[in-house]
Amino acid sequence: MARMMFLCDADRCIDCNACVTACKNENEVPWGINRRRVVTINDGKPGERSVSMACMHCTDAPCAAVCPVTCIYPTEDGIVLHNKDLCIGCGYCFYACPFGAPQYPKVGNFGSRGKMDKCTYCAGGGGPEAPGSAEEFAKYGSNRFGEGKLPLCAEMCSTKSLLAGDGDVIAQIYKERVLKRGYGSGAWGWMTAYREDIKV
Amino acid sequence: MTRFVGIRLFVVSMALLIIAAVVPAQAEKLGPDGAPNPTASVIDQGTLLKQAPRIEGRIDIPDLKASVLEQPVGRTWDYFHEVLLHWGAAVVIAGTILLLGLAYLIIGRVRIAAGRSGHKILRFKAFERFSHWLTAISFVVLGLTGLNITFGKIVLLPLVGPDTFSDIAQAAKYVHNFTSFSFVAGLVLISVIFFKDNFPAKVDIDWLKQGGGFIRNKHAPAGRFNLGEKLVFWFSLAAGVAVSASGFLLLFPFYGTDIPEMQLAQVVHAVVAILFIALILAHIYIGTLGMEGAFEAMATGEVDLNWAKEHHDLWLARQLKEDHRDEPAATPAE
Repeated sequence: MARMMFLCDADRCIDCNACVTACKNENEVPWGINRRRVVTINDGKPGERSVSMACMHCTDAPCAAVCPVTCIYPTEDGIVLHNKDLCIGCGYCFYACPFGAPQYPKVGNFGSRGKMDKCTYCAGGGGPEAPGSAEEFAKYGSNRFGEGKLPLCAEMCSTKSLLAGDGDVIAQIYKERVLKRGYGSGAWGWMTAYREDIKV
Repeated sequence: MTRFVGIRLFVVSMALLIIAAVVPAQAEKLGPDGAPNPTASVIDQGTLLKQAPRIEGRIDIPDLKASVLEQPVGRTWDYFHEVLLHWGAAVVIAGTILLLGLAYLIIGRVRIAAGRSGHKILRFKAFERFSHWLTAISFVVLGLTGLNITFGKIVLLPLVGPDTFSDIAQAAKYVHNFTSFSFVAGLVLISVIFFKDNFPAKVDIDWLKQGGGFIRNKHAPAGRFNLGEKLVFWFSLAAGVAVSASGFLLLFPFYGTDIPEMQLAQVVHAVVAILFIALILAHIYIGTLGMEGAFEAMATGEVDLNWAKEHHDLWLARQLKEDHRDEPAATPAE
């Protein structure tokens, strides 16, 4: 069974934000919600690197563990999905998430949070809606995965920095790249998300 | 004079030139062949995480908390919430109930030794009782809805199913959020009303020496509040301030706080709340089951004269003196 993962090769990322735009457009993500973002480290200094980050679909996902209504769960492909019908908008998944992935629409005054929204690996929702249905799209966005396609952010990446797919396959691609060019700043977030790193 | 300025200008500009020459030379690393190496100064994420608990950078979106790229401490908070808090809270609350049960079995209900006199004296005025019950009811509501966030998925979810439990939890979240305001109002009232009667006094030491009224043949003297009640007051005040402050930080997430501060606020809120619940369980026990004649003080406001004599003799003496001064001809001397 394939284990779906994300890998951002920071030595290739040019901070173009095409992944962010692709995600927003494909899933029709509401204003103020950012399922994917690009963070630039050491901005303007030698050794500056940009990393595209969204939900990493962690192994033993901490968001799923802390959820008081247990609405977050992993699929058999290792994709972490959630059921918006059950979510109560408590915000705990954001405190537990190592990658700042969960997002909440503002639904009222002060800090009141709506149903959590996050990257679904373009695999639709974790609710009772039929896969690929209009109801599912309205709540969770696209279900490309059900059509046998990978997340659009990775598919659109202009420098092929952002990789999505089976963990073993994308780890192999990254390894070959590092060996060929002679450097690599590491598989960002892998140790935290998957408790394994890519040894080159 | 001008020459002096000229020399100074020369020194300063030379110093700047040296700094300008040295600093990039430190930052820019060269490869083995002497050419600038574009990757030598890249810090890999393992090194970054060793330097700081989280990796932060610059983002293009207005959401400031999104600038944290990675915070492995999220998993630590998960461990606190799912392991330490679950076990800690279960042990503290179940342990308190067990201890109170033991106390009931060993000491039993503390009776009014001389029996009821039939005469009553006002202990708590209506407004004092209102303040107490405002806080008390808010506390019970907050406690139950708060425990639901931590234990609901273990206790309630298997009983009612995910859909119903989610509806309950959603309602409980809003009830918890809004009851916080009445709790704080009650806490402020209680603190102001009972502040001066809860200052430590010399008699508290005697009360402690006499076993706090739990030893049958010893009399423990006390003013309006004994040392036990004073401790409940001060601990409740401290815990109340801590849960309120941390609670409002959680109610207004990321209003001037960042992710580690929100995590800390949750930890403080949960730990203090659990200890607070244990304290209040003991308070409820003594006020109801544990002592005859105590509950009516907060129910009707009036207590039996013999109860007051046995538990708050100094207060009773003062009250009786005041009553006599106010209405000298009300009761003939016995």
